[in-house]
Amino acid sequence: MGELTPTVAAPGVAQANLDVFSGTLQELAATDRDLLVVTSDSRGSGKLVPFAERFPRQLVEIGIAEQNLVGVAAGLASTGKRVFAVSPACFLTARSFEQIKTDVAYSDNPVKLIGISAGVSYGALGSTHHSLHDFAALRAVNNITVVAPADNFETEQAIRAAAALDKPVYLRFGKKPMPLLTKEDVPFAFGKGRVVRQGADLILIGTGETTYPALQAAQKLAAEHGIEATVVSMHTIKPLDYDLLAELAATGAPIVTAEEHSIFGGLGEACASFLLQNGFRNRFKIMGIPDEYTVTGSQLEIMNHYGLSEAGIAEAALKLLKLSVMPSAAEASRVQQ
Amino acid sequence: MISEATISTAELARKSVQYRRNILKYIVGAKAGHTGGSLSCVDILNVLYNYTMNVSPDNFTSPDRDRYIQSKGHTVEALFVVLADQGFFPESDLETLCRYQSHYIGHPTRKVHGVEQNTGSLGHGLPLSVGTALAAKLDGRSYRTFTLLGDGELPEGSNWEGALLASHYKLDNLCAIIDKNGLQISGPTATVCNTDPMDQKFEAFGWAVRHVDGNDVAALQAAFDALPLAAGKPSLIIAHTVKGKGVSFMENQLKWHHGVPSAEQYEAAVQELDAAEAALA
Repeated sequence: MGELTPTVAAPGVAQANLDVFSGTLQELAATDRDLLVVTSDSRGSGKLVPFAERFPRQLVEIGIAEQNLVGVAAGLASTGKRVFAVSPACFLTARSFEQIKTDVAYSDNPVKLIGISAGVSYGALGSTHHSLHDFAALRAVNNITVVAPADNFETEQAIRAAAALDKPVYLRFGKKPMPLLTKEDVPFAFGKGRVVRQGADLILIGTGETTYPALQAAQKLAAEHGIEATVVSMHTIKPLDYDLLAELAATGAPIVTAEEHSIFGGLGEACASFLLQNGFRNRFKIMGIPDEYTVTGSQLEIMNHYGLSEAGIAEAALKLLKLSVMPSAAEASRVQQ
Repeated sequence: MISEATISTAELARKSVQYRRNILKYIVGAKAGHTGGSLSCVDILNVLYNYTMNVSPDNFTSPDRDRYIQSKGHTVEALFVVLADQGFFPESDLETLCRYQSHYIGHPTRKVHGVEQNTGSLGHGLPLSVGTALAAKLDGRSYRTFTLLGDGELPEGSNWEGALLASHYKLDNLCAIIDKNGLQISGPTATVCNTDPMDQKFEAFGWAVRHVDGNDVAALQAAFDALPLAAGKPSLIIAHTVKGKGVSFMENQLKWHHGVPSAEQYEAAVQELDAAEAALA
């Protein structure tokens, strides 16, 4: 790992990643008449009303029909259009999963699938509106890049990178304001994790909106316990940055992953699979939503409930640090609780 | 495409017989295939590629080529023999159909030159075609989009999502053809999940509809010549066909949905087709 100056979070101006998405698309559309936004009655929830007013010929309304949204988007993309298909992540990646698999990925139509209000962004609207399966589902589909930008900078970079990439991409983000992770100029590229804090004692890996609480947890651990953690924004779930993972794991430090997703099949299991198959035996903890229908609450309340918070991630890290390298069954059982 | 001026209806009829013979030849070689449906829809493909559509190996990368998307992907043998005849690839490639490491699989794939979209799961062709037709409208291009559906795939809800949007956007540059052979894998379509009256259903969705004998090349030529069937509306051609058409013992027989002829059956089928070709001469 190269030398990086440890950085602190820069609260600054925090917009929702969704707002950044909408603004960036308008910038791109101004010079690209072939850029199209395709929505399923989601221009309001996608913050796309200004886009529609400014570029009425570049927004295609499909109506509430997600299978058709993705199929039509694939047809449009096959003609050379740069198509952003925008719909709530929960519906986009479940209702139209087969269209993503077949019409987009298999046929190699370079649609940019934008899953808005992802994870538990819809909070108390419940499980129909949560997308806790999308990483797992799309990781198993060939020929698609899967990305969850953490902050406004990553969102803008990801939208620009997606527009420039002539391949299928899935991007997901939420709707609450997200502070910047770092003031430093840590570059963004698909498939390359961003190290946003450096420390020798611990490795915290977040994706999307769990990265900021991971960074907060690192600061808390440093201030209260003198524990210095490296924090990674692993915005790209697929292809995963194996080089960075290997480099970090080689230090032997314990690893905690955190994701606004089921503990099954997402960031954590992707990291664990790579590490275990390549000889790494770091202490390891996956944080996410357990295999249950979530508690009722706002996004923040749900994430706090399951420990996807400054306090929760710090606590999990402390437990992991106390664990012996090869835990006894009893210890392992205690940590799982 | 062979220009309208240079292909006669008689020549189209002769090509249909040759295509049927090749469909059986390569299905027998692969020991797999959707025999009945390929034989029912091949006249439609014949007229589209040899008479109606502006698409060929020479213009396949042109943005102005006509698009053909086969929603009923399982009858890929009909598509492959027609594409081979068009010169998209050597016909001998089809000797590898369904063989280990071949690009020629049991459904359309873009790894095969001339195939627009990968299909195989039913109900995907119409939304994809709405996309290509909409792109033409947005760009002011004059190309047309054709998509072939089976009557058995109409219960897939995505068809109706696509049908609704096609009329919403007044896509009169889109033509869907239903290969209405009346049989699907479990039995008659009317008893599995009745999709009739399909003309009234599509008319209610804002489409212009025409019925045609889908195994009569002259009737198909006339139907495609009449496109668009109405200004400002997508066109549906309901092609009444016979599953297994052209081989007497296969016609309207459910077991030939994906039945593979034995050596004796193949021989008998070829004799029938040879006789049909001789009768055309």
